[in-house]
Amino acid sequence: MNEIHRPLRPEYDVVVVGGGPAGMGAALGAREAGAERVLIIDREKEAGGILWQCIHAGFGLHYFKEELTGPEYAQRFLKQVEEAAIDVVTDAFVLDIDRELNVTLISSAEGIGMRTVAAGAVVLAMGARERTRGAIHIPGTRPAGVLTAGLAQKMVNIMGCLPGRRAVILGSGDIGLIMARRLTLEGVEVCGVYEIMPYANGLNRNIVQCLHDYDIPLTLSHTVIEIHGTHRVEKVTVAPVDENLRPIASQGRDIPCDTLLLAIGLIPETELARQLAIRIDRVTNGPVVSSTMETSMPGVFACGNVVHIHDLVDFVTEESLLAGRNAGTYAIKGQLSKDTIALVPGEGISYCVPHTISPDREHTIYLRVRRPQERCSIVLGDLYERRLRYAFPAEMIRLQIKPEHLQGFEGTRLPVELRVP
Amino acid sequence: MSVPITVTKYLCIGCPLGCSLEVEHSGQQIHDIRGYQCKRGKDFAISEHTDPRRTLTTTVRVIGGTERRLPVKTEKPIPRDKVLRLRDELRRVTVKAPIRTGDVILPDVLGLGSAVVATRDIKAV
Ligand SMILES: Cc1cc2nc3c(=O)[nH]c(=O)nc-3n(C[C@H](O)[C@H](O)[C@H](O)COP(=O)(O)OP(=O)(O)OC[C@H]3O[C@@H](n4cnc5c(N)ncnc54)[C@H](O)[C@@H]3O)c2cc1C
Ligand code: SF4
Repeated sequence: MNEIHRPLRPEYDVVVVGGGPAGMGAALGAREAGAERVLIIDREKEAGGILWQCIHAGFGLHYFKEELTGPEYAQRFLKQVEEAAIDVVTDAFVLDIDRELNVTLISSAEGIGMRTVAAGAVVLAMGARERTRGAIHIPGTRPAGVLTAGLAQKMVNIMGCLPGRRAVILGSGDIGLIMARRLTLEGVEVCGVYEIMPYANGLNRNIVQCLHDYDIPLTLSHTVIEIHGTHRVEKVTVAPVDENLRPIASQGRDIPCDTLLLAIGLIPETELARQLAIRIDRVTNGPVVSSTMETSMPGVFACGNVVHIHDLVDFVTEESLLAGRNAGTYAIKGQLSKDTIALVPGEGISYCVPHTISPDREHTIYLRVRRPQERCSIVLGDLYERRLRYAFPAEMIRLQIKPEHLQGFEGTRLPVELRVP
Repeated sequence: MSVPITVTKYLCIGCPLGCSLEVEHSGQQIHDIRGYQCKRGKDFAISEHTDPRRTLTTTVRVIGGTERRLPVKTEKPIPRDKVLRLRDELRRVTVKAPIRTGDVILPDVLGLGSAVVATRDIKAV
């Protein structure tokens, strides 16, 4: 399905790469800021991103104040995109962006082919891809039947086929848990979910509703150490790990199965950013961004999973509207005010986004802690403290910082820390 | 004949602390609830013990559309022990495109107080 309403223009105010919730939010933000010619480019046959395959409920509680499924959330935004007269080109892959912000795409859609459009500003919203077996080096043979949880989700929910009959799931993040239930409902036997950490990574709601409801065991501090089978997976060996997360092979046991689902995390899709030599954060693996969501390359903005992995789509939308508004303003005015303070993740904090802030406006800061901690505070130097009953790495923390908090601060580096009383 | 007193455990889903809740009961009659740290946990234990409900989301077959599968959901949460029955009913359903979000795909055939509705539009080809 080719969604473009009019022929592709040679020039746009804002070009958005990726049409998931981040891309749609950014395009709407750019229109809000007054940019007239806005284009979304997506490689799938329809904008919406990963949401089409996330058929479960749990989206939109913050943004729409009601619980929607992924497709419902995508559709509400697609409608707004349509009403805002934003151009959308699908089946189109962005190959290159140059330093003058010329965006080259290739599309199988009729009459498009390979094209270059000039942009006043670009927003990167390419989302993330799943970590595969290579990322964790599981030894053994390379039979069919080893696949990522997201791919299995696409097979079941979009293509309508099953990945196998008897599955083991590695990783207890929400994607793994959601797929345990989904496969069970489709008649696949799920033998168990194995998690290398001593705690589960997904929401308790998913542990109860996806595992307990169907008597699927969750085994913590365990991992898969070997995959067996010549053509198809025949069994996997799971073993406990020690406190340094090293497997204790002597205690391994075999589980017969024909499918191994890997739910071991997502990594930002940053190839285009790397081609542009944009600065990348070593923890998030996404671009370093200012408080306007601008990357180290002027005029190139980024938002959504390409910047850092979000657990809630609502916050993707919030971040993307901001990125889009700023990209729109940049396209019109040619520049934005600069930040003066760098946020430096310190004790107990794995990362924060944005990477820099400015004392002249309000900011939403997203961050993650390194380890689970009850009764603690997140502090910004001695300017700001937020007390928390608990903090978990799997749950993103969101701080609202006001200009008052930063008043009188003269420095250029502000440490962000987890403090335990 | 009196029902013996037993203890059933629940994991609270109210927040990431995940308190381990213990409900002491004789069947539906609750005698004591332990392990919660706030009221939300106590309320969850009661509803989970006496009337657990779930929203079922799954897909059904589509013919004549741009997609092969239509995602659907129960309009309201249904009793947990009826989820698999309803899934079985839905496996027999085939719908014809075009479909609009919110279209009733299966009326309340099992008397659960909720219809099953489409969660996306699918155009006809
Ligand atoms: C299985 C799963 C379950 C989830 N469950 C929940 C939940 O219950 N509640 C919740 O709130 N959130 C949930 N999330 C999180 C939420 O869906 C994501 O955070 C959100 O979709 C990220 O949006 P995005 O736009 O950044 O990325 P995506 O949705 O991945 O969109 C990126 C888009 O960019 C396109 N693209 C990439 N590269 C190119 C290129 N070079 N050229 C053209 N197009 C390109 C891709 O095709 C894709 O359409 C879940 C995520 C997953 C994966
Ligand atoms: S009882 Fe209260 S504190 Fe404990 S998990 Fe439930 S909601 Fe959280």
